[in-house]
This record gives sequence, structure tokens and C-alpha cells, in this order.
Amino acid sequence: MTSQTAATRRIGFSRNLSRWDIKVSPYLYISPFFLSFAIFGLFPIVFNIWVALHDWDRRLGQGDFVGLDNFTWVLNQPAFWTALQNTFSIFVLSLVPQLILALIIAAILDQNLRTKTFWRMGVLVPFVVMPVASAMIFSQVFGQFGLVTPLMHELGWFSDVDSPFFHNRFLSHVAIATMIIFRWTGYNALIFLAAMQTVPRDMYEAATIDGAGRARQFFSITIPSIRPTMIFVVLTMTIGGLQVFDEARVFDGAGTGGTGQGGADNQWLTTVLYLFNLGFGDWQDRMGQAAAVAWLFAAVIIFFTLLNFFVTRAISTSTSKPTRASRLAAKRLSEKGRTR
Amino acid sequence: MSTPLIENISGPAAKKYAQRRAAKGKPIRFKPREDSVGPRPGWVTYALLSIVLIASVFPLYYTAILGSSTRTEIAQSALPRLFPGPNLLDNIIAIVSNHQIDFWMSALNSIIVAVVVSAATVFFSTLAGFSFAKLGFRGKNGLYVFVIATLVIPMQLGTVPMFIMMNEFGWIDSLAALIVPSLVGAFGVFWMTQYLKEALPYELIEAARVDGASVLRTFWSIALPAARPAAATLALFTFVGSWNEFFWPSVVLRSQKTLPLVIPQLSGAFTADHALIMSGVFLIALPLLVAFVFLGKQLVAGVMAGAVKG
Repeated sequence: MTSQTAATRRIGFSRNLSRWDIKVSPYLYISPFFLSFAIFGLFPIVFNIWVALHDWDRRLGQGDFVGLDNFTWVLNQPAFWTALQNTFSIFVLSLVPQLILALIIAAILDQNLRTKTFWRMGVLVPFVVMPVASAMIFSQVFGQFGLVTPLMHELGWFSDVDSPFFHNRFLSHVAIATMIIFRWTGYNALIFLAAMQTVPRDMYEAATIDGAGRARQFFSITIPSIRPTMIFVVLTMTIGGLQVFDEARVFDGAGTGGTGQGGADNQWLTTVLYLFNLGFGDWQDRMGQAAAVAWLFAAVIIFFTLLNFFVTRAISTSTSKPTRASRLAAKRLSEKGRTR
Repeated sequence: MSTPLIENISGPAAKKYAQRRAAKGKPIRFKPREDSVGPRPGWVTYALLSIVLIASVFPLYYTAILGSSTRTEIAQSALPRLFPGPNLLDNIIAIVSNHQIDFWMSALNSIIVAVVVSAATVFFSTLAGFSFAKLGFRGKNGLYVFVIATLVIPMQLGTVPMFIMMNEFGWIDSLAALIVPSLVGAFGVFWMTQYLKEALPYELIEAARVDGASVLRTFWSIALPAARPAAATLALFTFVGSWNEFFWPSVVLRSQKTLPLVIPQLSGAFTADHALIMSGVFLIALPLLVAFVFLGKQLVAGVMAGAVKG
């Protein structure tokens, strides 16, 4: 063995090593995510089918195979349908005012303000308040000794009830929707603001010269320009809004104080709260039925997400048919706004 | 451009700079910030903004007011006082020293979970983001689309089986059940990938490779430093998300608590004493608000950079 051959071999070895390094490393680096998703994402979803097909008690574990009985049981529960209706009602009550408010706030913020950052931080304050905490705060605001009920009693509304917001179904939805509006409006306003800032300023200048007023500019320039962002916000709010749980659970002081079950007559029972009560509540351990609810719920979410997507797209294309060029420009702008 | 005009566009600091330059007889290099164009708005705008600000802060203020009252005062009037008083502190001390709710232990649990989850999420997301953004490998685009697609799966779909799994692992009522499943998430991977695509030029990676650096070395010395701003924002969002999480802890924790779980406990521990309950709510909402004073700017930038709900 001469030193020369050893040297060439070493070069060969290191080159092989680096080739292997370049080939394998990329997969190695993404493996933590895929490993985690396989164990805690994919497997539970598949396993959920198995659980949903069995009689499964939280304490006793797996029972007999029951086929689709869990699904028929759930679909025959009036509470399940009440929960779906409530979820939908709260969702609509929170989404519409939120969008309108967020758009207005974003338009106000989209000016050459002094102390910009201060105002932007101001609208984001509710976002860092724990949802459970804000639920507690608003259940106080709407409670018997709160800010609203005494006023209503003064006016002679619901004077026969101590706390109408915990009694009347629609009013409880209004209260919970208020919490959601409080939490998300500022956040969405900032997302709209980011989109608005990508609109070229000379468009507004040109419109001013053409004699368009503030409102006209807002409806003819701003709204069409941020349409993709609006679709995106509506989609994320749909996925998040249908999963409402924290607020409904804590509304009447959950835990050991209130029942946290969604009201005496399920007035504000939401789908996820219903799932929670079934599988993990204080009196029930029906894991099989809870798994069935999870599947039905996922189907509902996917359905509404798709519906929302097509409806929003239809609305945004039918109001004024934008030319292909302007559509492309809007797309480019929204992409720029999202990745900046 | 005249100095008053500069002040009007960009504020007093820019005006001072312009005056300094003018005094030295040097040319004024004035470039307004991207979002500081157009005329200054009038007082109506600020009045409207103030209303929005008051609406954002009022519920917290109301909490502080109720928390510094007594239960009889609350039953008598909707707004027992106008300013928070010293009673707030007494009420908070009563909460903290109460044996029914283990406040300090819960706070410690919340901190441990949020810190570990944020640190792990940032590290693993940057690793995966670097790979997706800058390394070539077979099946990359398909895998990336897959990562984004997992974002729309509602987490509730896995809750029941996850509970059964945690039971098998013996993790019910332990922090592991909160930490291990959330060490890395699709949102973080997506966020870091998008950022690194823009922020990391290929030339740098090529140069490192020519110099004989291994892929790991390239990641450590080039990608990680470049990813720092996005990593800070991701850490912030992950921390807030973990801190506020309520559904999953309600499912897997029993005697152990995190701070969000303490809030519903309050109404059980202090039956109908709304003053005490609200002081507890205020105490639990406070840490993040104090942090927000210092980190709010970054949070705003993060949301405006197109942060999607995680």
C-alpha cells in the first residue's frame, strides 16, 4: 500500500459521502414533520373510523363491533341537530359584522397616519386575550349584573327573566358571536390592510382627478383589488368559526360552577361542544358516538368550505366581470401581499 | 422638497434629519417609507380610530374594574367604579394563595408547554422549510402540496383516537400529551418555506457547497441566520397559540392544569363572587398583554405578512 492509493481512496470516499449527503439530507430534514403527522395526524384519522364502528366506552375501552349504529344513533339525537343549527347561527352572526367592521377599520388604517404602529397594535389587543378569558368577561357583560341586561330591563324587554342572554336561544348566540367578533375583527382588519397597501396609490390619485369620492373609490378600487384576500379570510373564518368551542363551554361558567354543557335546553350547544360532552363530559363516556360526530362534523366543515369558496367566487365574479388582465394583476398582488 | 413637507409626510424625526443635512449644506436624500405616502388625514380619522381602540381595550378595563370591587358592589351597579382600585391587588392575592386552584403550578405548566412547543416548532419548521425552499429532491412539489393540504383537516377529527393513544402511552394528565403531538406543525413548515424562498439566495448555498460545507453545515451557518426574523414571528405565534389552547388540554388533563383551564375553575372555587372571579380572569389575561406591549410591533408585522391562523 502506497500513500498515494490511500489518498485517492479517501477522496473517493469523501466524494461519495457528500453525494450521499446531498441526496439524503433533504428527506432527513422534512422527516420530523412527516413522522409527527403520521403518528398524530394520519393515524388518528384512520383509527377514528375504527372507533366510530365500535361500542367504545372511555373507561372500559373497546366493545363490540356495531357497524353504523353510532352514526344512526347520533343522527337520531335532537341535540345533534340543535348543535348544528346553533353552530351555523353563531357562525353567520359573527362572520357578517366582522367582515364589514374589518373592512372599514382597514380602510381607516390605510392612510398616512401618525404613529401607525400604535394604532395597528391597538386593534390587535383582543387577539392576545385568551379566548376563555374573553368568554368569561363577556359572560359578565351579558350577565344579570352586566352592562346590557339592566338596560334591557329598564326598557321593559325580557323583564320576566333574570338573565335573558343565558335563557333565550338567539340572545345567547348574539353574546357568543360578540366574543368572536371581539377576538378576530382587528386581526382580519390587519390582513385586509396588508392587501390594501399593495393597491397602487396612483390609482386613487387618478380616481380623485376623475372626480370619484371616498366611498366611490372604496367600492370601485379597494374592494375589487383585495377580493382574493377576502375569499381567503372568509375561508379561514369558516374553518375556524364552525369549530367554536371555548366560548360556548365557558359561557355559563364551566367546570365545577356552571354546567358548561351549552345551556339548560342546549340553547348554545355547538357541534364541538356536543362532541366533547359525548366523549369526555361529566356524565357520558361515549367515545364511539363521539368519533361518529367527529366524522359528520368533518363532512360538514368540508361541505361549507367548498360551498363558501364557490359562492364567494361566484359573487366576486358576477358583480363586475373583471377583465383577464385585471384578474391576473389582482392575483399577482395578492400573492405578493401574502409572501412579502 | 421643503422640510415642513417632509415632516408632514414622515414625521418629526425626518424633519430633524432634513434640517441637519440642510445646515451642513449637503443634499437631502429623502425617500418616504412605502406606506407613508399621500396627505395626512384629518381629526375625524383619529376620532374613529380612538373609538376602535376603546372598543378593543374596554372589556379588559371593565375586567379590572370588576376585579377591584366587592361582590355586593357588583350586584348593586353595572359600573361599580370608574377606575381600578387597590382592592384588585387584594383580590388577586386571594386568588394566588387559594388552595383550590393551584395558580403557580398551572402558570409553570403553561410556560413549560408554550416554550418547548415554540422552540421545537421553530427548529423543525426551519429545517423542513430549508429543505423545501432550497434543496432539490424527488417528489418535492407533491410533498409540499401535501403539507399545505393537511392544514384544512379539523383537529377534532383526531381527538377521540388521540385520547385513546395518550391513554395507551400513559400520558393522560401529563404535559407530554400537550407537548409531543405539537412539536412540529404544517403551518410552521409552510411559513418558513415561503420565507426562505425569498430570503435565501441560491448563490450563498452554492458558495457554501463549493467551499466544501456539508448540507447540515450550510443549514446551520447560512439558513438559520437568514431565517431569524421569520423564526421570531413564528415563535411568537406558536407561543400565543399554545398559551391560549383550551380544547385539547380540557380533554387530556385531569388534576394538572394550564392557565386557560384555571379560568372555568374560578367560578367553581368562588361561587358567584364575581369580583374575585374577574380579578382572576384579569390576572390570567395580564402576562400576554404585558408581553404584547413589547412584542406587539412584531406581532402586527407577522399578521400583515400574511399570517394565517395556525
